[in-house]
Amino acid sequence: MRCLVTGGNVKVIGKAVHSLSRIGDELYVEPTEDGLSLRAVNSSRSAYACFLFAPLFFQLYEEGSLDPDGETFRCKVLMKSFLGVFRSLPSLEKMVEKCLISLNPRASRLVVQLHCKYGVTKTHNLSFQECELLQAVFDKELCANTLRAPARVLVDAVVHFPVTLAEVTLGVSPAGKVSFRNYLDEETEPSRTMVTELCLSEDEFQVVQVQQQSHVTFCLKEFRGLLSFAESSNLPLNIHFDSPGRPAIFTLSDPLLEVHLVLATLSDPNSSSQVHSATLQAHPANGAFPTATPDDDFTGDDIDSYMIAMETTCEEGPGLPSSPTFPQRRPHPGAALESESSAMESDLEGAVPGTPPQKKFRSLFFGSVLTPSQAGTHPGPSQDVLAEDSEGES
Amino acid sequence: MRFRAKIVDVACLNHFTRVINTIAKLAKTCTLRLTVDKLYFILTDKVANGGVSMWCELNQGNFFDEFQMEGVAAEHNEIYLELTPENLSRALKTAQNAKTVKIKLTNKHCPCLTVAVELPSLSSSSRIVTHDIPVGVIPRRLWNDFREPSVPDFDVSIYLPVLKTMKSVVERMKNLSNCIVLEANLNGEMNLKIETDLVSVTTHFKGLGNPPWEDGSQNSTQDRDPESMAEARIDIRKLLQLLAGQQVNPTKALCNIVSKRIVHFILLHEEVSLQYFIPALA
Repeated sequence: MRCLVTGGNVKVIGKAVHSLSRIGDELYVEPTEDGLSLRAVNSSRSAYACFLFAPLFFQLYEEGSLDPDGETFRCKVLMKSFLGVFRSLPSLEKMVEKCLISLNPRASRLVVQLHCKYGVTKTHNLSFQECELLQAVFDKELCANTLRAPARVLVDAVVHFPVTLAEVTLGVSPAGKVSFRNYLDEETEPSRTMVTELCLSEDEFQVVQVQQQSHVTFCLKEFRGLLSFAESSNLPLNIHFDSPGRPAIFTLSDPLLEVHLVLATLSDPNSSSQVHSATLQAHPANGAFPTATPDDDFTGDDIDSYMIAMETTCEEGPGLPSSPTFPQRRPHPGAALESESSAMESDLEGAVPGTPPQKKFRSLFFGSVLTPSQAGTHPGPSQDVLAEDSEGES
Repeated sequence: MRFRAKIVDVACLNHFTRVINTIAKLAKTCTLRLTVDKLYFILTDKVANGGVSMWCELNQGNFFDEFQMEGVAAEHNEIYLELTPENLSRALKTAQNAKTVKIKLTNKHCPCLTVAVELPSLSSSSRIVTHDIPVGVIPRRLWNDFREPSVPDFDVSIYLPVLKTMKSVVERMKNLSNCIVLEANLNGEMNLKIETDLVSVTTHFKGLGNPPWEDGSQNSTQDRDPESMAEARIDIRKLLQLLAGQQVNPTKALCNIVSKRIVHFILLHEEVSLQYFIPALA
């Protein structure tokens, strides 16, 4: 893969990386025929973002050859390393004329080369890991409510909330009122905490389509990351959401770039204790429910309520029913890593029997390609269907 | 009990915000006393504060366009509230370009001071931000705890040096010691001293001037040797809190020293007066 970014677009890539760095610790890089995608997901799988740069965004775009399985090469790099290349946006703007990103699967490095003024070239060799596809399942067409506003309006809205605020509740009513309110979780005492609410009228939005009154609560930190990108790009921001518990989808698009941010929302704003007890029971074959990994944004909350559906492998055939809800099982972190590495191994060996050739997505998190000997804490290849195979990027 | 007030003037709003910011730097929680004419921010000398106390007085007319207060009873037409000034500071922070700011006492899930900010927006209707700040209503039987402190019988009264200079000196001394000795005499001289096992540092200020006091307290100082220093050893962090919190240079800044007992600071601005007491360490 070789991509050459020139001029003002270098800063756009830089800003995108900054935005993704608010989400996760690893940056997933995948060149496709539709363009270069940069993705990230957070450790609790409650936030996912994807920036897809069309081939025309680049002065030169070579996707690279497909690997023996017919798949494009994918890898992930440490966010910290990649961000380090683009750390100072002002100096990117002033000094960098071109940026060349190249990836050779046979080499051991992802090379980012900045061609700067005065004949200076900075070459960064980043180590990468091959990885599986990172694809969240979501369909904004299924969301009941849509809002569109210039990023400026939303930036001005969230400025009233403290920088440390973890979660914000977005409310809409059919009358056209849109409100943002800071969310108080169960552990904060209401008689000691300030509550801030901002009401915007529908005039401030370009689109307000609300089917019924609803409130969704999502993490502000990741949203702010997208907002700062949106503000600099001058594109309007679309927000698609539904009932509490279903993910909120934030999108920006123009002919050269498509951005998606998917954030899980609190399942029930009134009492987070009633978490998914019904749906948990629907998957009795899941085995032991592992303890939640602490996540800075939602400490104390039941992590299970924030899972976004991730596409799974297709060892399950078309006969299995698709579940409209999210996977409630949260893999033990050790197992997740394990499954990833063993998935890689089996991918390389090409030894997974029975996998239909056209659907090669594999979940990072649900170890479906584990052979019994590598299962570890997974009781065999559990094939929970998490959601329909929907068009992830549309 | 009712309280509603409104600010429409941008300059008044900025000024009020600066006062609140100063208070927020001095006290984590304090008492807000509302009367028909004035607002008071009071901190009493509890052990929890390290014995520090504060009395800040504002004339409401200088800030508010509208001010309606109905106290707990006709003969006690005042309201005492316990509040965290940092919350008020945060609410006002993003309100600086507001069309109006209304503050009222409300009862939501608990008694609250609600700050409603009307902001300009591109659309026809304004944007409204409301902040509900939980407050505690202080019952009348406790009001005696919050009386205005009297000026102590001081040994020396002296004008302070330029606060910015004083602050930068004290800031550097803070790295060397936890206590600072503040001493001054009736000749307009003040010294700030720290002394540790390894090092002692003194900064000398001269020509500061001594304020004339018209009441009886001057008598006790009349017999005093003008060169003789009155001193008090105080917690350096408390002094720094006071100096660092000042956002605007006061019109008048002075301190009264009761030797080895207490230092009483008075900072006067046009519409605000602030008194701050720091007790001497043993």
